[in-house]
Amino acid sequence: MEKTNNSRRTFLKSSALLGGGLMIHFTGLANFDISERTGTLGTPAELIELNGYVKIMPDNTIKIICPNPEFGQNVMTSLPMIVAEELDVEWQKVLVEMGPHDSVKLGSQFTGGSNSVRMYWRILREAGATARYMLVQAAAQTWGVPAEEITTKAGMLYHEKTGKKGKYGDFATKAAGVTVAKGVVKPKDIKNFNIVRTSKKNVEGTKIISGKPLFGLDYKYDGMLIAMIEHPPGFGMTVDSFDATAALKMPGVKEVFRQKIYEDGFEQGGFDVRTFNEVVVVVGKTTWEVMNARKKLIVKWKPAGDTKDTMGGRGGAREVVVPGELESSDAQYQKMQDFASKPAQLLRKDGDPETAFKNAAQVIERTFTAPFLAHNCMEPINFFAHVTADKALLVGPLQAPGWTEPTLSKILKLPADKIEIQMTRMGGGFGRRAYGHYLVEAALISKKVNAPVKLIYSKEDDMTYGIYRPMYTATYRAALDADKKLIAFHVKGGGIPEHPIHANRFPAGAVDNYLAEGWQIPSNITVGAFRAPRSNFNAAAEQSFLDEVAEAMGKDPIEFRLELLKRAKENPVGKNNEYDAARYAGVLELVRDKSGWKNSGTEKYSRGVAAYFCHSSYAAHVVDMVIRDGEPYVKQVFSAIDCGIVVNPDAASNMVQGAVVDGIGNALYGGLTHKNGVSEQRNFHNYRIIRMREAPKKVEVFFVKNDIDPTGLGEPPFPPVFGAVANALYKASGQRFYKQPYSLKPTDKPIV
Amino acid sequence: MATLNINKKNYNIDADPDTPLLWVLRDIIGLVGTKYGCGVAQCGACVVHLNGEAVRSCVTKLSRAEGKKVVTIEGLSETNSHPLQKAWLELDVSQCGYCQAGQIMSAAVLLKENKNPTNEDIDDAMAGNICRCGTYLRIREAIQLAAKDQKK
Ligand code: FES
Ligand code: FES
Repeated sequence: MEKTNNSRRTFLKSSALLGGGLMIHFTGLANFDISERTGTLGTPAELIELNGYVKIMPDNTIKIICPNPEFGQNVMTSLPMIVAEELDVEWQKVLVEMGPHDSVKLGSQFTGGSNSVRMYWRILREAGATARYMLVQAAAQTWGVPAEEITTKAGMLYHEKTGKKGKYGDFATKAAGVTVAKGVVKPKDIKNFNIVRTSKKNVEGTKIISGKPLFGLDYKYDGMLIAMIEHPPGFGMTVDSFDATAALKMPGVKEVFRQKIYEDGFEQGGFDVRTFNEVVVVVGKTTWEVMNARKKLIVKWKPAGDTKDTMGGRGGAREVVVPGELESSDAQYQKMQDFASKPAQLLRKDGDPETAFKNAAQVIERTFTAPFLAHNCMEPINFFAHVTADKALLVGPLQAPGWTEPTLSKILKLPADKIEIQMTRMGGGFGRRAYGHYLVEAALISKKVNAPVKLIYSKEDDMTYGIYRPMYTATYRAALDADKKLIAFHVKGGGIPEHPIHANRFPAGAVDNYLAEGWQIPSNITVGAFRAPRSNFNAAAEQSFLDEVAEAMGKDPIEFRLELLKRAKENPVGKNNEYDAARYAGVLELVRDKSGWKNSGTEKYSRGVAAYFCHSSYAAHVVDMVIRDGEPYVKQVFSAIDCGIVVNPDAASNMVQGAVVDGIGNALYGGLTHKNGVSEQRNFHNYRIIRMREAPKKVEVFFVKNDIDPTGLGEPPFPPVFGAVANALYKASGQRFYKQPYSLKPTDKPIV
Repeated sequence: MATLNINKKNYNIDADPDTPLLWVLRDIIGLVGTKYGCGVAQCGACVVHLNGEAVRSCVTKLSRAEGKKVVTIEGLSETNSHPLQKAWLELDVSQCGYCQAGQIMSAAVLLKENKNPTNEDIDDAMAGNICRCGTYLRIREAIQLAAKDQKK
C-alpha cells in the first residue's frame, strides 16, 4: 500500500524537477489508457490519447484536457489554446474538458499564485508540438515519405510532392504508437502563432448563461446526503457538549454527531490549515432540511485554551502552540502598535540607514494598517465525498488537488491511487480553495455515515470560518537631505499572524541606504493566501507612502518613481532585487501616456497613480475619482500591464477589469473584525462588497507588447489598485488615509 | 402537495410550504442554474421570475410561488437566444460565472420594463446582484447591447 503511494510520489517529484514538459515522454506515448475516465469523454472506444492533454477521434474531433482547476481566471480556455496552437488545429473544432486530478499525466494542477499559464506555458507547448510530431511521423510511415516534407494545417496533414493529404483523426491510432526521442520536438516560432494572442471566448460561456450544472454545489450523485457542520462561533473556541434530541426529530435528518478532524499529533502540511478541529455534523436528505435541523441543535462551546499543532516540513515535525485568547479587534490594533516599537527581524539592509536617518534634514514617517479580509467567494465552500473501505471519490471546487491528496491519503489510510479527485468549476477562489480542510471534513463525514455526502457551508459558515487575509501594519520612513533628495528608506512591517514584507522589492535597489524588518504576532485566527498575498497590503501602504514622499520632494509621483527605477536599472543597490526596473518603468510610462496623466480635461477628476510588481508581472493604474453623494467614486481607470505574452487578450482584459473592481471594493469597504474571537461580519448584509453602482464605468487596459514567456496575471493587477485609490482619495479630500478600509465616514452605514 | 409551474412545466411538489423556492428548484426539481450565494436576499445569485417579476428565490417560500409562473435561467429562452444571453456571450462577460444567472435574470426584468435603461436605471435594477469577480463593467455593457438588439 505504502509502496504504490511512495513510488508515485517519487515519480512526481522527479518529473517536477525535470521541468514537467518531459513528463509526456514517459507516460502519454503509446498508451491507450482511455478506459478510466469515461464519464464525460463521449465514446471512449473512439478516443485516441496522444498524451495527457490531447485526445483525437477518428472523425477529427480534437479534445484538449485542461489540467488546472477553473475559478474564473479562464484557464479552461487559455491553457487549451496553447496546446491547440502547437498541435496546429482549428480552435473552433476543439472540445475542452477539465482533467481529473492526475499529476502523472497532467502536472502539478495547481491554480494559484498566478501560476497556471506561467507554469504550463512550456509544458503545453511541448505537449501540443509532440502530439503534432507523432501525427506527422505516423503519416510519413503510412505514405512512405520523409517526415520533414509533411506539413500541417488546421488538423490536416499534407505531402505536397505526392499530393497526399489526410485528417489527424486518420493517423491518430498509429501516432499513439510513435516513440518520441528526447529533443526532437521543436515548438513553433512565436511569430507564427495564430491562436495564442487572439481573443477566444470562454469555452464554458454558453453553459454559464444557460444555467447548466457546472459548480460543486450543482454536483449530484445517486443516494447523496447533505451534511452541514456547526463550527465554533469564534476563534479559540471548541465543542464542549451538544444535545441533538430536537434536531434529530426534524424532517429529513439522518444523523448528528461530533467529528474530530485531525488526530493529535497529525503532521500537518503547509496547506492543511484547519481552523476548528472539532465540529458538530448534521446529515440529512436535503439542504433546507439540514439547515432547519441545525437551528434546533444545542451546542455548548468552551474556550479551547492554548492548543498544539504539529507541523510537518523539511526540517522534520515541529510543534506550534496556537494561543487560546479570544481576540477582539481593538486589542489586536493595540497589540500591533506595541509590537511595532519592539526590535524586529532584519530582512535586508543596504548601506548605513541608521546614520543616514540621523543626518537627515527631514524624516517622513507614516504607519499603515489593514484589517483581515474574507475571501467571500460567491459559491460557498462545499465538497462531495464518497468514501468506502477501499477507495474514495471526491468531487468539487478546489485549487490544489495535489496538496490535499496526501492529507486525504493519510487520514483515510488509503493509497493515493485509490483516491479520485475531480475538479468542478469554482464559483470564485481567490486563494481560499487552496486549503483543503473541507475535503477532509467531507471525506470523514462520508466515511462515518457510510454514504455519499455533500458537505455544504452556509454563507455564514463560510465567512466565519477564517483563512483570511492577515491583519497587517507597516511603518515607512524616508530620509531626505537638505536638497530634498531621498537618502534612506526604512520599512518595518508586522501582522497577525504574519508580516507582509517583501524585502527585495522596489524601492529596494533604488536607494543607497535601505532597511527592511518584520515581526509577527501569533494568533488563533487562521490566515491564508488571498489574491496576491502580502502584496495586496504592501502596494497600498508603500505606494501611498511614495506618493507622500514625492509630494514632500516637490516631484510628480510618476516622475519620482521613474527616477528611482532609473537608478535601480543603471546602478542597482544591493543584490537579489526581484524586479526588472526597466519593465517596471515601462508600465508606469505606458499608463502615464495612455491616461494623459497631466492633460487638461482631467482636472474634473482626482487622479491617483500606483504601480506594483508581483508574480513576475508589472501593473500600474491611474484612477479617476469623484466625490458622489459624500462617498468616493472611482469613475474610470487606466491600467497598464506587462505580463509577457498575452495568451487570450480580451479575457486577460476582463481579468484586469475584475481585479480593478475587486481592488476598489476591498480598499473602500473590505474588512473583517472580531469580538471575543467571534467574527462580527457574517454575511453580505454587514460585509460590504462592491456593487454595480460603485464600479467604474470604464477600465481601459493596455498590455505592454513583448515576446517574453507569459508571467502571472490573476493577481498582479490587484495590489496597486489600493495605492492608486488611496492617492486619488487624498487628491479628492485633502486628507491622507492610513487605515483600511479607506472611508470618508465611519462605515456603519446600512447596505442596499 | 403544491403545484408549481416552472419554465412552462407543471410539477407536483411534496415539501414544507415554507421551503424556499431556491431549494425546491435545486434539491427537489434538480434545476441548479439558480444559485445559492447568501440565503438572505443580499447577493441576487438566486433571482428567478415570479409572474414576470424578479424575486430572490432564497427568501421566496414555496407557498408564495404556488399557482404562479416561475421562470428560471434554464427557461429564459429555448436556444440561448434571449438578447441578454447573446450579449453576455458577445462580450464574454463571465469570469467564474457563479453570479451570472442571477445577473441575467435581474437584467431581463429591467429590459422588459424599460427599453432604454440609463446608467442610473441599471445601477438601480442591478443593485441587489453581487459579482465577486467584478464583472460589472461588462454586465452594464451587455445590458446596453441587449437593449439595442431588442429594438432592432
Ligand atoms: S442567495 Fe438569494 S439573494 Fe443571495
Ligand atoms: S463572475 Fe464570479 S461572481 Fe460574478
